[in-house]
Amino acid sequence: MPDDTITRRAVPGQSGGQRPQATREVERYLLPAVDIYETDEGLTIVADLPGVEKHNLDVRVEDDVLTIRGQISHPQRANPAYAEYDLLNYFRQFHLNEEVDQEKIQAETKHGVLTLHVPKSERTKPKRIEVEVKQ
Amino acid sequence: MWRDWNPLREMQALRSEIDHVFEGFQPGDWSRRLRSVFLPGRSARGYPLVNIYEDSEAIHVEALAPGLDTDSLEVSVKGNTLTLAGEKKPLPEVDDEAYHRSERATGRFARTLQLDSEVDQDNIDARYENGVLMVTLPQSERAKPKKIAVSVE
Repeated sequence: MPDDTITRRAVPGQSGGQRPQATREVERYLLPAVDIYETDEGLTIVADLPGVEKHNLDVRVEDDVLTIRGQISHPQRANPAYAEYDLLNYFRQFHLNEEVDQEKIQAETKHGVLTLHVPKSERTKPKRIEVEVKQ
Repeated sequence: MWRDWNPLREMQALRSEIDHVFEGFQPGDWSRRLRSVFLPGRSARGYPLVNIYEDSEAIHVEALAPGLDTDSLEVSVKGNTLTLAGEKKPLPEVDDEAYHRSERATGRFARTLQLDSEVDQDNIDARYENGVLMVTLPQSERAKPKKIAVSVE
């Protein structure tokens, strides 16, 4: 089941309870914190993925499920004297309720923040209907 | 077993409990405002989360701080006190109703850390890469472990 519950938030240092569907081995990973908002044009998804370089990000949509994966590229030192977080790979999935135009998804990253623009398909965009007013 | 008792883990457990209560309380739009009231301190341990590593040459402080406005980023050292300050930029104005998820905290922060040993204040290096802030503070000569030659008669 895709993770589509708002109650689950990435707390660095704590790992998610589920594992990627495609793999059998148990893997610990972080759930990135996200903001998602909707406009008439589509969805904007903003995710915090500190420690992930652009080329280690994998974003895809399959069967209405959006998957964000990020592999940690940050060189990690061993044996911290004091630790509040544990950097793991990121993984999170969302169900997209509305039809989206997959071809036109735009992604950008800056300072460990991924921004995705997911346009709605033309069919599901709200249509403005002209109302003719007769005198 | 006392041996297994880890105060940090206890705190993490407590923290996740608190997060859960807040997240379970899902009153849509006002959770955003509520959150902004509590910013930047989303957690008892402060923002950003840090890891500290030490070797004989330097103290390395790493902080998870994605999406900072780099102009606002300030790293300063006074004595044994390191301060990390900056601002995580909010998203452009969007109606509260338009939000499906709002989990990322934004706002100004300042965090002060006490370092265990004296550092060489003139040679501190700070870098910001992929949302991770890395500060390298060389140990001052006085704080470095001295190797003492043992003369063998």
